Amino acid sequence: MQPVLSAASSGADAGGLLLELGAIILGLAVVARIARRIGLTPIPFYLIGGLAFGTGGLADLGAAEGFIEVGAEIGVILMLLMLGLEYSAEELVRNLRRSAPAGGVDLVLNFAPGLALGLLLGWDPLAAAMLGGVTYISSSGVVAKLLADLNRVGNRETPTVLTLLVIEDLVMVLYLPIVASLLFGGSATATVITVAVAAGAAIVLLLTAVRYGERLSSLVFSGSSEVLLLSLFGITLVVAGLAERIQLSAAVGAFLVGVALSGEAASAGRALLLPLRNLFAAVFFVFFGLQVDPSLIPDVALLAGGLALVTAVTKVVTGWWAAKQAGIARRGRLRAGSALIARGEFSIVIATLGVGLEPGLGALSATYVIFLAILGPIVTRLSDPIAALPGIRRIGRDRVSETSLPVPSLPTSHR
Amino acid sequence: MTELTETPMPGLGARWDMVTRSRRGVAVISHQTGRRDLVIYGQEDPDAAAASVELTTDEAQTLAELLGGSRIVERLDALAHQLHGLLIEWVTVSPASPLAGQTLADSQVRTRTGASILALIRDGEAIPSPGADDVIMAADTAVIVGDPAAVTKLTALFDATGPLSSK
Repeated sequence: MQPVLSAASSGADAGGLLLELGAIILGLAVVARIARRIGLTPIPFYLIGGLAFGTGGLADLGAAEGFIEVGAEIGVILMLLMLGLEYSAEELVRNLRRSAPAGGVDLVLNFAPGLALGLLLGWDPLAAAMLGGVTYISSSGVVAKLLADLNRVGNRETPTVLTLLVIEDLVMVLYLPIVASLLFGGSATATVITVAVAAGAAIVLLLTAVRYGERLSSLVFSGSSEVLLLSLFGITLVVAGLAERIQLSAAVGAFLVGVALSGEAASAGRALLLPLRNLFAAVFFVFFGLQVDPSLIPDVALLAGGLALVTAVTKVVTGWWAAKQAGIARRGRLRAGSALIARGEFSIVIATLGVGLEPGLGALSATYVIFLAILGPIVTRLSDPIAALPGIRRIGRDRVSETSLPVPSLPTSHR
Repeated sequence: MTELTETPMPGLGARWDMVTRSRRGVAVISHQTGRRDLVIYGQEDPDAAAASVELTTDEAQTLAELLGGSRIVERLDALAHQLHGLLIEWVTVSPASPLAGQTLADSQVRTRTGASILALIRDGEAIPSPGADDVIMAADTAVIVGDPAAVTKLTALFDATGPLSSK
């Protein structure tokens, strides 16, 4: 990796670097525009853009690769920070207690297919477990955007969907440090110790966020957007760096900073960081694409397609089951299940960790995410017509009558 | 009162649901940002929002008033909101309060207690940001704001049950 600044200041190269970066970012702008026009998330298009270059691609990127590598790291941190900012600490803890059963079903049904395929391919068990992570986690970004675009925020099944997403994010907080410390390797005892330390540190950090979040927020907040931006960004990078140092994964550190922040610091921070997040997240997807050799894709395309189909069905079953527990009728259950199909940013975050361990993981995950990030939103859009298909109409008919209003959903406080 | 169900919506806020006597589902989604959505559910598909209207804080308040906001004010009466060390309190002015009958200027509320009077509510009508010449009357509801200590002081003055030896 070449330090960005020195590359830029070496005279003749500066122009080249700017040209290369400019071309890449303009290219991303074009694909994002196309994705928007056809109503899809840009993530798969960014990945394809990255695949076209770098390892095994059309051309190597020269000077810009150093920037992209650092940018990708920052992209992950910003994505997780923004996700954390969406939640308050109490909300997470409350959800964890209440929705453990649905979260368990989600984990079992959607982790298993990836894990099984990895093992069948004869991969290292850790790489197989990472593929399990890739198939497990829905894309909160894509799902949240879908719900808003399709005007489903007010629907009764929506809290069920959101709750499942929160549980997945919390599972990530434990999963990433464990995987990171397993990757670090060492003897069996040493591994057990590092895993325990990582999991313990994640829990302690989460509890610290719950406890001192408010104080941190008022400390960080400033009326000046410049001061606020620099404080937020600086704190997040420092915590992420420290977390990485103790094998906790920078992403988890950033997420927990986001969770700890609340109130004005969080709402103003979200607005300030959004443009930065958009830029660096795009860079992250390109960077992942760069690392993957596209010549491996034809070999894994069928597998990825099959895995995508299986895990689309398992997500629908998960959402169906969870929505049914909440007293939602058939069509709502299908809407909930289909909304969860889309995989995206976090599948790629997990895959990034394992590319070094198993090269096939990168190509398989990239293809898988490209399939599901495109397929998921389409299926969700069509879920109401699908529910009316003759074969599907019979499923789940027995219990809930369509004409009666369900008892208001989810066991919560009454007044 | 109609039965309300609260459903948390992680990352967004919470949803308050009710079913009307005519069996229609109505909900209000209260976003963390202060935005409110008024949602009416379909008759044919009871889980899908048939209509969803986004309301700003202002619009939501207007709608609430149209629908009988005075009942909400009554209920807010007992509520104290703590935001960043600032306390907002609704206090009824007791007839025995030393401030009853005085103008705001005479009462010197701000200098004496440090708390401010945001509004006076009299016979269901609000006098927002009362001026120096506005009179505090017994049985008014005063909306006061300040740090907790100041609010406690002023509340004591308004609540007074007998002549108070405050200077």
